[in-house]
This record gives sequence, structure tokens and C-alpha cells, in this order.
Amino acid sequence: MNNAKEIIAKNVFFLSAVASAVMILAIFGFMIALGIPLFKAGNFLAIWTGPWAPHEGLYGIWPMISGTLWIALLATALCLPLSLGTSFVITSLGSPRLCKMLGTLVRFMTGIPTVIYGFVGIFLLVPLVREGIGGPGMCVLTAGMVLAILISPTMILFFTNSLLSVDVSYVQAAKALGANRVQRLLYVMVPRATGGMAAGIILALGRALGDTLIALMLAGNAIQAPHALLEPARTLTAHIALVKAADFDSLEFRSIFVCGIVLYLFATAATVAVRLILRKREVPT
Amino acid sequence: MKKTFVQTFVIFSIFSLLVAPCFGEALQAFEGQEGTIKIAGGTAHIPVMKEAAKRIMTRYKDILITVAGGGSGLGIKQVGEGLVDIGNSGRKPKPEEIEKYKLKMFKWAIDGVGVVVNPTNKVQSLTKDQLKDIFSGKIDNWLVLGGVKHAITVYTRDEASGTRAVFWEKALDKENISTKALFVPSNGAMKTAVANDPYAIGYVSVGHMDETVAPVALDGVTPTLDTVKGGQYKIARGLYSNTKSDPSGLTRLFINYLFSPEGQKIASEKGFIPVK
Repeated sequence: MNNAKEIIAKNVFFLSAVASAVMILAIFGFMIALGIPLFKAGNFLAIWTGPWAPHEGLYGIWPMISGTLWIALLATALCLPLSLGTSFVITSLGSPRLCKMLGTLVRFMTGIPTVIYGFVGIFLLVPLVREGIGGPGMCVLTAGMVLAILISPTMILFFTNSLLSVDVSYVQAAKALGANRVQRLLYVMVPRATGGMAAGIILALGRALGDTLIALMLAGNAIQAPHALLEPARTLTAHIALVKAADFDSLEFRSIFVCGIVLYLFATAATVAVRLILRKREVPT
Repeated sequence: MKKTFVQTFVIFSIFSLLVAPCFGEALQAFEGQEGTIKIAGGTAHIPVMKEAAKRIMTRYKDILITVAGGGSGLGIKQVGEGLVDIGNSGRKPKPEEIEKYKLKMFKWAIDGVGVVVNPTNKVQSLTKDQLKDIFSGKIDNWLVLGGVKHAITVYTRDEASGTRAVFWEKALDKENISTKALFVPSNGAMKTAVANDPYAIGYVSVGHMDETVAPVALDGVTPTLDTVKGGQYKIARGLYSNTKSDPSGLTRLFINYLFSPEGQKIASEKGFIPVK
């Protein structure tokens, strides 16, 4: 009786696992199938590398790929020092009270809706950048700065967790040898935590690549590939949000699926990278 | 005890006074009806649709009206394929769309599209040629137009926007918009962007204009409700509700309601020009 129940349960869970895996693959197939009219309509290469000018029959998404990479990489670069500092303070440099406060704050940040950051960005940061640095205000730099704050909890939590999971005996041994807090952090904890920290960076980058609202509200969405930090840019996700109201049959609408494919590939690459890094870390050295 | 009674009575009286005007006679037509009306499409229409739906549904509990957005193209397509009962569009459906789907169009309001700048901007009048040059990027500094020495920031809308379609056709005569132009996703976002950027130029539905942005006179005509109504300001469009062949039942009643004095009053309260 128990055995039968077990078999049923096993099969049910197995089926749900298969269903979700199939669904994820089906989404990829669905995007390719729906993108086919666009692939057939023009030069295949031009779709990935060409400009976007629907009135002239050009449906290239290169400006969006470029815009996505500019903004996401900038956000990750800005976020890295912030997160390193914060996680160092939380794990070893701060007083217990400060650590607890910071930890709560970071966890609280994960719950703030993106649109709040977007609004603060529009009303505070955009005018500041426009008057202080120049350009139209809505640009790669503005979006990158706000996005850096948005993705920082991911990075900080990952950094903190991997620093804290370093074997206590190592840290105590270093303490016994007379190493102070900074030395223990830099020479014992950080070298043992690099794998987890790298995974945190990639996950944060993945989040930056996938975010829609910040770029849509703050990057200006111009259809030109950016060449400088003060130029506006459009990300793949913002492009999807802007074009989704177009006529279903139009090639313009089909470009959404091509953007989807690129985002899907970005996400896959990030996941594979994290897997590889974490697997390497598991092998005892 | 007595006090509670008086309180209840007063509250009830105030409540009835507040609610009474909503029970206009135009709503009488819906008496005894039941069923659903599905509405989708143009986003400019939404405030009016929602208000009308609210008034009808508050009085007649057996009627359910759903209002969705999606844009003009989507509204026409969905009503044509029978997915919704009413498909709204901020442009007149194309002849081939009318032919293909056997559409019946009902234009119940007119909406202008006006150029706006930040209220601090001294340049509040332009010629059509200047406007074209600004949007194409040929004129890129306010100094040329008699304003401050600063680069012009051009804001535009996405290709699926009905507002953009009308502006591009009637104000820019289908000339190019610079690839450097910034895109905002809605009329509301356009207003916010221009209100916060002293060097901005953009365009919004006249119904959306308020004191946070300054309308720009085009060839001497300032876009306002009156100039659009009088026909002096030419950049305007109809707000259409489309049905597949002749509407019947509840859908017919809803369209009639939009054209009733009460329906037209809702349109004008939401910043559009009624057709009657």
C-alpha cells in the first residue's frame, strides 16, 4: 500500500518536473517559430547587426543588443565595489549591531518594487545628470547607476554567504597566528570564497540584463546604438515593452521574438557560467 | 439611540444626493438587461470607457463590462476576429481593415495632438518647417530658435502609438524623426518627461495637457480644446469605437450611451471634444 503511494507520488513529481522542463524548451521553440517570418523577410545577418528603421523595412536589433550590454555591464561594474565593501563590513569589519542593521537593510532592498527606483531616478537623478554632467539626462549612465543599486542586494547576499561559508577553522587558525581582521578577510576568507563571489557577479549581471523598467524609464530608449555613457540607449527588454502594442502580423512585432531569443541565450549563458564556477568550487583542492 | 438614527439619516441623505446625478436617464436603456461587453484597444479611450462602464455596472448588477488596452491596431484586430465586442482605435481603421472585418465605426469624440515644451522655455511658437527640422535633428539647439544656448532634447512615442501616427502624418508630413530622439511609452510619461526637462520638446494628446507643460503654437495656432473644436488647429483625430457589422443588444446600448448627453459629458470631462 505504502509502496503504491510512493510510486504514484514519485511519478506525479517526475511528471511535473518533465512538464516544466518541456515548457521552458517549448518557449524557446515558440520564439523561433514566431520569429521565422522576420528571418525569411530579409537578410538574416542584418537582423542581428543592422539598424532599426521599420519605415525603411530595416528590423535590425543590434542597437538594442548593444544598449543592453552597455547598461548591464556598467551596472555590474558600478555595483561590484559597492557590494564588496558592504559584504566586507557585514562579514568581518563592522560591529555586530552594524552588521545586523546592514543585513536587514539589504534584505529589505530586495523587496522594493523596481518602479520605485525608476521614479526616484526620473525625478532626482535624471535632472542631476543633465545639469551636472550634460547630455539629455536619460542615458546609459543614469540607467546604469540606478540598476547598480537594484542588483546590489543579489551581489551582496551572494558575497556575504560565500564569505561566511569559509571554514571557521581556517579563520581561527589565522587568528591564532596573529592576523588582524583585515588580514583574515583578505588573505583567508576572500581567496576561499572567489567561486561563490564570481557566481554572485554573474547572477547580478543576469538580473541587470533582464530588467525592463529601469531602462524603459531612465535610458531614453533611442533607437541608436550608444557610443558614450551620456547617450540614450534602448535595451532588448524595453524594446519588447515598446513594440508589443504593434500589429500582430507586422514584422515589427516579430522582432519581439528575436529579442526574446537573444535574452534567452544571455540567460542560458549566465546560468551555465554559474554552474561551471560552482562545480569547480566543489572539487576539493 | 436617537443620535445614531439622526446620524444614519444624515449620512444616507448625503449619500443619496451624491449618487443621484449618476442615475441619469440615459442609463434607463439598460434596465432589465444582463450579459457582458468586452472592450479592448486604444489607450486614449480608456478613461471614458472606464467611467461609462462604472456608471452602468453600479446601477445594473447583471451587466459586466471589461475594459482593456493594447493599442489601436490590437483593438481593430480583436474586434474583427470576434474576441471582443468593441475594439477602440485612435485612428480611422484602414479601408482594407474595414473591408476584411466588415467594421462599423463610431466616432464619439475628437482629440487633438499638440507640441509641448517645458513651461520655462521661452520658445512657445514654431512654424511647421521649424518643427520638422527639430524632429529630424537639423535644428539641434534652442539658441537658433531664440531660446537658451542648450541642445534640444526630442521626445517621441513608439511606432504603435496612435498619438505618434497622427502627429507624424499631420504635423511632420511623414518626414523622418531623428534616431537620437528619446522614446517614452505613454502620454503620461511624455508629460512627466517634458515637465522635468527644461530643454525638452514632445507631443501629447490635448486632453492630457495641464499647467506642468506649455503648449507650442504651430503656425500661430495654439493647441487647446477650443482651437481643436473650432478646426483652426489641424492636428487632430477621431476617437473610434468599432464593432464587427452592426452592433446589437448590449453592445448597441453601450454605443448609444456614448452618444447620449451623459456619455458625451463624460468624454468632455476627460478632456476630449464631444461630437454632439
